Amino acid sequence: MVMTDPNEEGRFGEFGGRFVPETLIPACEELEIAFRDAWADPAFVSEFHRILTDYGGRPSPLTECYRLSEQLGVRILLKREDLNHTGSHKINNVIGQALLARRMGKSRLVAETGAGQHGVATATAAALLDMDCKVYMGQVDVERQELNVFRMHLLGSEVEAVSSGSQTLKDAVNEALRDWVATVENTHYCLGSVMGPHPYPWMVRTFHHVIGDEAHEQCLKLMNSVPDVVVACVGGGSNAAGIFSGFADTDARLIGVEPAGGAAVGRGVPGVVHGMNSYLMQDEVGQVQEAESISAGLDYPGVGPEHAYLSSIGRAEYPAVTDQEVIEAFQLLSKTEGIIPALESAHALAWVVREAATLQDQVVLLNLSGRGDKDVDQMMDVLGTESSQ
Amino acid sequence: MNLNSDVGRMESFLRGRRDDGAKLLVVYITGGYEGWEAAVETAAAAGADAIEIGIPFSDPVMDGPVIQEASHAALEAGATPASVLAAVPNLDTGVPHAIMTYYNLAHHPGHERFAATLANSAIDAAILPDLPLVESGPWRQAATDAGVETIMLAAPTTPDDRLPELCAASRGFVYAVGLLGVTGERSALASTATEIAKRCKSVTDKPVLTGVGIGSPEQAVEASVVADGVIIGSAVVRRLLDGSGADGVGELVASYRAALDAG
Ligand SMILES: Cc1ncc(COP(=O)(O)O)c(C=O)c1O
Repeated sequence: MVMTDPNEEGRFGEFGGRFVPETLIPACEELEIAFRDAWADPAFVSEFHRILTDYGGRPSPLTECYRLSEQLGVRILLKREDLNHTGSHKINNVIGQALLARRMGKSRLVAETGAGQHGVATATAAALLDMDCKVYMGQVDVERQELNVFRMHLLGSEVEAVSSGSQTLKDAVNEALRDWVATVENTHYCLGSVMGPHPYPWMVRTFHHVIGDEAHEQCLKLMNSVPDVVVACVGGGSNAAGIFSGFADTDARLIGVEPAGGAAVGRGVPGVVHGMNSYLMQDEVGQVQEAESISAGLDYPGVGPEHAYLSSIGRAEYPAVTDQEVIEAFQLLSKTEGIIPALESAHALAWVVREAATLQDQVVLLNLSGRGDKDVDQMMDVLGTESSQ
Repeated sequence: MNLNSDVGRMESFLRGRRDDGAKLLVVYITGGYEGWEAAVETAAAAGADAIEIGIPFSDPVMDGPVIQEASHAALEAGATPASVLAAVPNLDTGVPHAIMTYYNLAHHPGHERFAATLANSAIDAAILPDLPLVESGPWRQAATDAGVETIMLAAPTTPDDRLPELCAASRGFVYAVGLLGVTGERSALASTATEIAKRCKSVTDKPVLTGVGIGSPEQAVEASVVADGVIIGSAVVRRLLDGSGADGVGELVASYRAALDAG
């Protein structure tokens, strides 16, 4: 198996590990033991799947894009994570971690969020399971994702605007880690992607494995084969890891699309921050750089360690697309298929559009990680009145 | 080379002071922040037994608001590891120097190169708070080979069965983290501070210093009943942020020194 368990030190190849203050080491160990134990417990796994089904809306459909496929000359299938409760794939991981936190006797969740999708999902799980919740969000993101801030408040969560550093996702992670260092006895850090110290990258991927499993089965049912290409956007890399894990042992090409302004894998320099050794955007001395893209959810200078590994062994490719390509893809899917994608997910489509000439007559499975409702405000500013006429 | 062999300059200096009956005072100052060099010299003159120089990092996860602000300002002013380290050999302190920074700044240039740079910059020891014992082996080896002592942090959550190994691995002194949390002054000494110092002292005869959360000379005295001394950081850096300058730092350090000496 290509996407197998990490080794005892939490490494995928040379990437991963557990680079956190000593204070948090016992909590990471406790979490790893609890996760192994829970995942081996049929009662836990069945409750996880029951909630994802009855509450989350799984399985998510596989949608064939007839008009878009014809236009591009590429057969495009969408895995519809946008139809999950709370509007993105994030709910899979959050339900898993919240159930685990409860099982560990923790009464409080903290989370970081960029676009607000993971924060909303965590606030939702906290409401569902009656837990306290505090979400850290960069000041810049609080301003560009106002609606999600209000949603989190409605769901009963506290939202703290982080005004240190670059005031975006990476600083929200720092602040959530600082909270956890101080509250580790009663608090679980509900990390939102396949990043952070061991066991997070592996655990979060495991909770998202359901995306790849379902999609694999749905593809077999539809066409009796797997797609030629599987493509997903990559911020930290959780939706990509989820769908890749269903196809890593097939012949399908795996493509993780990064924003041009946040291409951690693309630049390929290893570094250590947020508990992990992975590819990291940094300056010539090792200061972490700020990512910058049109989508808050991908504004992350690092990437999950398993993606660094998949890239290093050549199993997956990590191209980058520009904001302009994303804006065009966002509109294209809306107009041809009646689906407004999240700006994050539009990155994956932007790559397909750009590469269409090389993908003629191939089958491309695209993980539509979220819906674009949260982005329409921002896109109104970008597009002006042009598209409202 | 055996990681636990030879006693370095930091450890022998602090052991010597302890043997003389002193309670130890280590003072942290953010390198690269305006006026930091004068502050380091004044702190040493006012009675610090060692100086911890912060090399500012973009993502200081173990630091609270005061040190974050100073680090950010220093980075904005153009501070780099090279610019901070280049200044150290010219500082007139008469006491050992440690750097305190985050692991990526050692990882990026490579362990050997970073350790050699420290050794050539009048740095005796290093504190990397996001490099826990389980991940620290390769760095500690490189540091030891270059003659740099790696000071390990023991946390209130560190289990008893790991503490002996952690204290044995630590060089220079053992940094007992006084509370669950990040750097910053607190209004009272946490009960965890005495406990962790006591637990460390029971498994090592290396100097054990308590840091994180010390906010007044009285707390320093209280913490030093069990510990061999304290590390003060945010209280000092706050003097720089509020414009009190090197004189303000000197006065503050002198007040801690006097309190610790009076016992
Ligand atoms: C819809 C959507 N897709 C993707 C991402 C990026 O996260 P990841 O790379 O972990 O899937 C986000 C993050 O906020 C998101 O909201």
